[in-house]
Amino acid sequence: MAGRKRTVGTTRRERYIRDALLACASLSIITTFAILVILAVETVAFFSEVPLSRFLFDDEWTPLFADAHFGIWPLVAGTLLTSAIALVVAVPFGLLSAVYLGEFAPPRVRGILKPTLELLAGVPTIVYGYFALVVMTPMLQGFVPGLAGLNALSPGIVMGVMIVPLITSLSEDAIEAVPDSLREGAYALGAGRLATIFRVVLPTALSGIAASIVLAVSRAIGETMIVAIAAGQEPRLTLDPRVPIETMTTFMVQVGLGDAPTGSLGYRTLFVVGASLFAMTFVANIFSQRLARRFRER
Amino acid sequence: MVPSTRPTEVRVRTPFVLWSALLVLPACGRGSSDVVAVDGSSTVFPISEAVAEEFAREHRTRVTVGTSGTGGGFKKFCHGEIAITGASRPIKSEEVEMCKAGKVEYIELPVAYDGLAVVVHPDNTWVDHMTVAELAKLWAPEAQDKIERWSDIRPGWPNEEIHLFGAGVDSGTYDYFTEAVVGKEHASRGDYTSSEDDNVLVHGIASDKLALGFFGYAYFHENKDKLKLVPIDDGKADNGAGPIAPSPQTVGDGTYQPLSRPVFVYVSKAATDKPDVAAFVDFYLAKAPTLVPEVGYIPLPDAAYELVRTRFAGKTTGSAFEGGSKVGVTIEDLLRAG
Amino acid sequence: MPPRSSRSVRPPNRSLERAFAGLCLGAALLPVLVLVLLLGNVVIDGIGRLGWDFLTGYSSRVPEHAGILPAIVGSVMLVALTGVFAIPIGIATAIYLEEYGHRGRIATLIEVNIANLAGVPSIIYGLLGLELFVRALGFGRSLLAGALTLALLVAPIVIMASREALRTVPLALREAGFALGATQWSVIRKIVLPMALPGILTGSILAVSRAIGEAAPLVLLGAATAMNFLPDGLLAPFTALPIQIFNWTSRPQAGFAEAAAAAIIVLMLTLLVLNGFAIVLRNRVQRRIRR
Repeated sequence: MAGRKRTVGTTRRERYIRDALLACASLSIITTFAILVILAVETVAFFSEVPLSRFLFDDEWTPLFADAHFGIWPLVAGTLLTSAIALVVAVPFGLLSAVYLGEFAPPRVRGILKPTLELLAGVPTIVYGYFALVVMTPMLQGFVPGLAGLNALSPGIVMGVMIVPLITSLSEDAIEAVPDSLREGAYALGAGRLATIFRVVLPTALSGIAASIVLAVSRAIGETMIVAIAAGQEPRLTLDPRVPIETMTTFMVQVGLGDAPTGSLGYRTLFVVGASLFAMTFVANIFSQRLARRFRER
Repeated sequence: MVPSTRPTEVRVRTPFVLWSALLVLPACGRGSSDVVAVDGSSTVFPISEAVAEEFAREHRTRVTVGTSGTGGGFKKFCHGEIAITGASRPIKSEEVEMCKAGKVEYIELPVAYDGLAVVVHPDNTWVDHMTVAELAKLWAPEAQDKIERWSDIRPGWPNEEIHLFGAGVDSGTYDYFTEAVVGKEHASRGDYTSSEDDNVLVHGIASDKLALGFFGYAYFHENKDKLKLVPIDDGKADNGAGPIAPSPQTVGDGTYQPLSRPVFVYVSKAATDKPDVAAFVDFYLAKAPTLVPEVGYIPLPDAAYELVRTRFAGKTTGSAFEGGSKVGVTIEDLLRAG
Repeated sequence: MPPRSSRSVRPPNRSLERAFAGLCLGAALLPVLVLVLLLGNVVIDGIGRLGWDFLTGYSSRVPEHAGILPAIVGSVMLVALTGVFAIPIGIATAIYLEEYGHRGRIATLIEVNIANLAGVPSIIYGLLGLELFVRALGFGRSLLAGALTLALLVAPIVIMASREALRTVPLALREAGFALGATQWSVIRKIVLPMALPGILTGSILAVSRAIGEAAPLVLLGAATAMNFLPDGLLAPFTALPIQIFNWTSRPQAGFAEAAAAAIIVLMLTLLVLNGFAIVLRNRVQRRIRR
């Protein structure tokens, strides 16, 4: 490394490399652009038939019925409810697991536990969906009064379990990367393990932890199969986790693989809901970006 | 603190690259273009799968069968991307337009009946049959929040809640049920437990004494020890008087009405110029009478199959269903007319 | 970075520490318990069905004859191809964002963009893949189209994980490299990347895990659910294990439920092998770097 001579050619090579990397990075912009185009075309066509006011102010979502209603809020409520439950499960379990793996676990335990947790991310979402429907719901019905066969609680919890490795793996990498010198400095000042973890390690690893949570939120909102199988297909404006609801993603898969003729108003709702979901995730991400930056600056 | 970079780099990168190459190498090269591509409804899928399976025993042709849905299948079909699409409902007018725009001429071939069974829990002792009028009262859009108890449907039935289960609203089953029972497609109450997966409905009804639901006959047949079938009386004396329960017999001979619907396969006329496609469809229509019952559907009467075969042989295009489900008319009449 | 507040730290409370460690261990084990429960269920249902015929057969209307050969081959080829596309592009994007495009407005935009893409439901990627790869670029309903679609789907995971991994490399190391006269790319290639490798591998593992379990977008763009031959090229039709599982679980015959469970076991084993390879790699690299 030290022996490499810098020649004139290297500068050009450097530029090529940089341009190549920029090209790769712009692929993500092109992808977003393509997605927006696909969504926008059909969304615009939809709104030429259905006024925005109906979309925002109607309280029922029944676009495929003869008497069609196009209020988006029941679907939004369904998505937010299941995602919130998932995050309530995933974030604490994920972070605590990451702390365990990064701070307390002996290397051999870590070498087994971390891959095992990552296996959770690889279980096909269909399998999780059926697990939620056939195992988790009956189990929960034992102690949650009035829990319906299709509900938001069961898939929410299972989604949370699925998301745990996202948080754990990335947070744990961040925790691992905190230099021991910082820990040792804290110990030298008389701090115990807990104080070191909470005052030194976690703040240093915050960037990675925050990134993992952002990823988790996105994943929860965008999850499709688990809720499609176990949460139901009844759009309903409610925050009760015990009744069947429908999420935006379930509706999209229902229409995408279903019967409605492509090009019909019913089919267009697929894109409208997709666009709404995109907008929601965008707002959530900008918000978390600002928050994360404020944390980092402090 | 800095690791020896070269050795790690080389030792990590090389095996990774080699293994990936090994996995990917077989993938290099062009794929075959002589595939008979079938797609469409997941309801028709089991029939197409069975035909493809048998076809493969005697022919070396490559066949793929997809399940992107009746709507998705028609879109691919009308773009000329696939030769054959399965549909759980007749082609709709928007799709006719799409095919016209894509210059694709379609040959409509009914291939089987799907009976819709109305079922309740085995411990439900009070229901011995239902009339279409009662079903309409129960499932109409106006019934939401009004017809909530068994006693609301028929006096004398228990004053208990009724728990409804039914097909998802974006399915051919739902379309047909609403057309046949309520009288208007897509018109039904919204407060029922719906699922695209009929197994979920089976599970739900089998664990709820107060449940009532509908789904494809095949799902009842496979679970008959857990469910109770409800005979339906359509009030028309000329096709079997009184309440009739669905069975291969009653669906096939047209007495179980109105809840028997045909399912279709649409073939692109241009694609029939390819010998593989023509051979496959001929095989499909020849073997349908035996394969259809094996997968839980009900075969058309032999006379109807003859008409369908003639239709294919003559490459008759156009739909006999004018863009909508036709309830209560036999296939033979429609085929002879259309 | 010294402890934040200036008030004095309390002396360590050993029993509280032990309790906390116990809590963290419990938190790590509970999801594992759920996994065991889930897999246990699946294994009980499906182990009887697993056998040579099952692994080498084709799909069938008769549950007892159904096999998953085209599905396994399809899944493996699909995931390998997806990795080939997604991982280099993901790493390259992360490198650009971290090493070349700091703090700028464009970098922030791309950052938010990528976090957004991570949340787009897979079915939208299916629609995108259908319009772009299958139709516009003319790849047809092929492995290539499927792999490109899944690569778009999982790239954000690789990118976000790689970025974090690159961030863990101390600036001092980069500066040391520059001070010794190395070019930026040399510094990246020889100092930064090797150190960031464990995190990059984490992201790749999570990405591959995601790709192997997807069904809906593939079905949408035209993957087969049943086929009587094996894919033999990049442009060949294909099917995948999750598609087969999804189809079998919705069939009425009870035998298909068992077949689905057996297919799930095969899928998890495939995943274990793929992940295991990367994990062994990661552990070895991490051990070398641990200070």
